[in-house]
Amino acid sequence: MSYVIRIKSLSYRYPDQQIGLNGVDLTILPGEKVALVGANGAGKSTLIHHLNGILIGEGDVNILGMTVEKKNLKRIRGKVGVVFQNPDDQLFSSTVYEDVAYGPIYQGLNKQEVKKRVAEALSMVGMQDYIDRNSYYLSIGEKKRVSIATVLSMQPEFLVMDEPTSGLDPRARRELINLLQQLPQTMLIATHDLDLVEKILPRTVIMYRGQVVVDGPTSQIIPDSNLLENYGL
Amino acid sequence: MLLSPLPMHIPDGFLSVVVSVFFWLISIGGIGFALRKVNQVIGEREVPLMGVLAAAIFAGQMLNFTVTGGTSGHLMGAALATIIVGPWAAILVMTSVVSIQALVFQDGGLLVLGANIFNMGILGVVLSAMVMQFIRKIFQNRKKYLLGGSFIAGWLSIFIASLAAGLELAISGTSPVQIAVPAMAGIHALIGIGEGLITLGAVLFLYINRPDLVTHPNEAKNANSGIVVAGVILTVLLAVLSPLASSHPDGLEWVAETAAFLNFAKESTYQIIPDYLLPGLHNEAVATIFAGLIGAVIVFGVIFVMMNQRKKQLPQRETDFE
Amino acid sequence: MSNSQPLNPYIQLESPAHRLDSRIKLSLVFVYILTINLIPHAVWVVFPILFSVNLSLAVVSGIGIKKLLKRSLWVLPFVIAVFPLLFSIRGNTWFEITLLGFSFTASWEGLERLLSIVLKAWFSIQAAIILVSTTKFEGILKGLRWMKIPKLLVAVIGLMWRYLFVLVAEAKRLLVARSSRSSDLPDFHSGGSMIWRAQVTGYMAGNLLLRSIERSDRVYMAMLSRGYDGEVRMDNDRVLSRKEIHILLIGILICVCLFVLSLYFGGAF
Repeated sequence: MSYVIRIKSLSYRYPDQQIGLNGVDLTILPGEKVALVGANGAGKSTLIHHLNGILIGEGDVNILGMTVEKKNLKRIRGKVGVVFQNPDDQLFSSTVYEDVAYGPIYQGLNKQEVKKRVAEALSMVGMQDYIDRNSYYLSIGEKKRVSIATVLSMQPEFLVMDEPTSGLDPRARRELINLLQQLPQTMLIATHDLDLVEKILPRTVIMYRGQVVVDGPTSQIIPDSNLLENYGL
Repeated sequence: MLLSPLPMHIPDGFLSVVVSVFFWLISIGGIGFALRKVNQVIGEREVPLMGVLAAAIFAGQMLNFTVTGGTSGHLMGAALATIIVGPWAAILVMTSVVSIQALVFQDGGLLVLGANIFNMGILGVVLSAMVMQFIRKIFQNRKKYLLGGSFIAGWLSIFIASLAAGLELAISGTSPVQIAVPAMAGIHALIGIGEGLITLGAVLFLYINRPDLVTHPNEAKNANSGIVVAGVILTVLLAVLSPLASSHPDGLEWVAETAAFLNFAKESTYQIIPDYLLPGLHNEAVATIFAGLIGAVIVFGVIFVMMNQRKKQLPQRETDFE
Repeated sequence: MSNSQPLNPYIQLESPAHRLDSRIKLSLVFVYILTINLIPHAVWVVFPILFSVNLSLAVVSGIGIKKLLKRSLWVLPFVIAVFPLLFSIRGNTWFEITLLGFSFTASWEGLERLLSIVLKAWFSIQAAIILVSTTKFEGILKGLRWMKIPKLLVAVIGLMWRYLFVLVAEAKRLLVARSSRSSDLPDFHSGGSMIWRAQVTGYMAGNLLLRSIERSDRVYMAMLSRGYDGEVRMDNDRVLSRKEIHILLIGILICVCLFVLSLYFGGAF
């Protein structure tokens, strides 16, 4: 088991018959930081939804030695932390503490352990002073950080993020990029922010019409503007 | 699925026409009254609020949690709407929710819509408003009043609404009263706990983030004593009537039969000879079925002739419609 | 309403049923469902006619018989609610079973009633499905106005529809975000307490409500900036043509005929 995820010929069709994924192959090794780029509708979010079994398509998705299928889902969701694009969807409790504690409480950890996990996760994202604040009225940048903490508290091995820098002002964006750089986990980040990709993600995967069309070192892909143009970037 | 066979959204065909019409009249009265009050009490600001809130309650009904095993609890929303916008606007909000569910999603019938609006909209809201008024007198503490009230209002609105639905089914002769009422009440006493807890969580969330939304300064003006009286009467009536009815099924059967008579559905009016109930049992039965089939063929025939006519006319028609 | 089904039931097609004015359609469907429910129980002769009317409408409207049957199937769970009738109505014995020491007698009359109720419910749902598959929601609103439903209520229902899909999508995203964090560990009992789960669900509902209330503030400002002054106004609808009135009257007449036919076969005369 030398990979974190291994996807083989994964296809998915939406109920309205629209093609979401069309034969995706992708392997990510431990410690890799991978960018997932592509135009709107290329299938990035659909792929992300397959990584913790929110959608289950045809083909093989294997995470840390476990096949993504119904009976493994709950185990896998503890290993794969997914941070969604809109933090308002992720922060549904009334205080920051309760939001970050949701995962550990659900896992059945005892109170002491939950408290410890929350404190650790919040300090990793630099939000330890916000523990008793209400999530709803934080700034977007703060909400994004707390969202990341809500999955870090489960101690996942693999972090998946959808558009982490969208909607942030320049300073909040810089701070978030610094934060992402410091996190040790294996990462897959779906984004339109090519500057973020260049700075912290050494490997780039380009999706186009439900397929992986380019997969290689960021240093070769991002400067190639013809290539990017071809795939709507 | 286990919790839903006894429907809260009653479909068409399950209530007799007399019962349906009766509850249409009551609901029209209730909605009319609420509309007048809304026009008097609250301003133009509330129209988009009511619309968006109705959509949010519809969407909120999709939020569920696992109770145990395969069963799950979810929200109806009458109590929540009452606490946020007060009883009169809440009646309109719930009426909109229940109507769209029936009109567009077949969640509940059209002919029985009046009864569904009464159960889930009017009754649920009036009871919630009554509970909130009572609890406000008991707890001086704002937060305790809101949280205690929202749980009880949530629970009671579901429980009493289910009694009403059970009685409606029984009076219509759709389900025997000694089964319909205890089954509905028993199941919804449990489902109501889920409603109460979700309502409580939602109100707590709002209280923490936007206390102004759930603590209206003009509360006293908004909910008058009339609604308390109406709530008490409805609660007592349903809470007393239903166990009484289920322990004395004969009384209800009498009501049902009277209603059924008006409904042209009374069995004895058209006593059907028992042997020819089902196909193949009797020559006359065969004849009846045969007549039905001929009717069906005629309908099909007419439609197909019409379709053919239309095909011939089609090119010409299309220009007509441009 | 299953998650895999697209939420909006309208099917974009070109057919006489789609073209018919929504006010006529809405009224006819109401009258038709009323008729179905007025028909006495167990007048079997009328049931195939009703069924063939529905199937014909499915063909004429382009929905197709298969889709109509599939969409109307979910009346089935409700059968359980009427099932006790089989045993509670006294009459000629069909069969007897003994369960846990109690003996139950199923009667033919009970079966008759049960079948009638379920079939009527099924036919009514089919009629409603044909209505919503061939009518855009704007048309249904027009029909409601024509039926003299107060403007304020129609306005609330209209706004509700406008934001329904946005908020349903939000609710679904909340559920996805929650289940993404609902995980378990080896050797731990997962799930937390039932009350905690209910409370979290309540928070989610509160979150959804708060976001939508704040959205309604923005909607209100947008309405104000386009000249809304608190009075709900609606376009005046086109006057119905003579032909359309005739269609309405013929439809009602057919329903009356069906009803009279059912009374005749039910033995009322």
